Amino acid sequence: MNVLYFAWVRERIGVPREDVETSAETVRDLVAELAGREERYALAFSDLDALRVAVDQELADFDAPLVGVREVAFFPPMTGG
Amino acid sequence: MRVVLQEAPFDLGAESAAFARGGRDMGAIVTFTGVVRDFPDRSLEAMEIEHYPGMTEAAMTGIAQEATARFSLGDALVIHRYGRLRPGEMIMMVATAAAHRQDAFDGAAFLMDFLKSRAPFWKREITADGAEWVAARETDEDALARW
Repeated sequence: MNVLYFAWVRERIGVPREDVETSAETVRDLVAELAGREERYALAFSDLDALRVAVDQELADFDAPLVGVREVAFFPPMTGG
Repeated sequence: MRVVLQEAPFDLGAESAAFARGGRDMGAIVTFTGVVRDFPDRSLEAMEIEHYPGMTEAAMTGIAQEATARFSLGDALVIHRYGRLRPGEMIMMVATAAAHRQDAFDGAAFLMDFLKSRAPFWKREITADGAEWVAARETDEDALARW
């Protein structure tokens, strides 16, 4: 699964994207799995209220299922306009 | 309807004039332009805008389509830049055309509210003291509730 990070999430994790082998069933499971890996992930995911997630480029919530999903992205609330 | 995502500057005058030449049955045209703003108490060197290639274009298009349907717009234009911009540079513009002015104003306001918090852009301000990500404000999210 392709996992992407933007803005300060990208800075904390240190890479803009990576290929993750996972059997996580939901976004929340994926977050827990990543946070358990290394300190930099735990730091980036420490406050989920401060994060937004997109699943296959559509905004989703942390309970979204990951079955058949190719791309998940994590980022802070958007500041366009 | 036209949606443009680009790094290069755009020509506000030329874009507005071309948009206004569009349809004869449109009695109202509204344009809004967002500009990189300097602050009196700290000198802004640049604003960097990051985005999510692919999702950004899709989100901009979806928002423009919804505004067009909801406010019976005859036409809509959205231009949004990314990359490194200096104070005073134009970040983005929207233009809406409708038969009557209220739909044109509402359509433009709707576009702005949704582009601000539902299009995947992130701004970072660069000052002499360092770089800082711009935080979204609660009022940005509240603004969506009125629609």
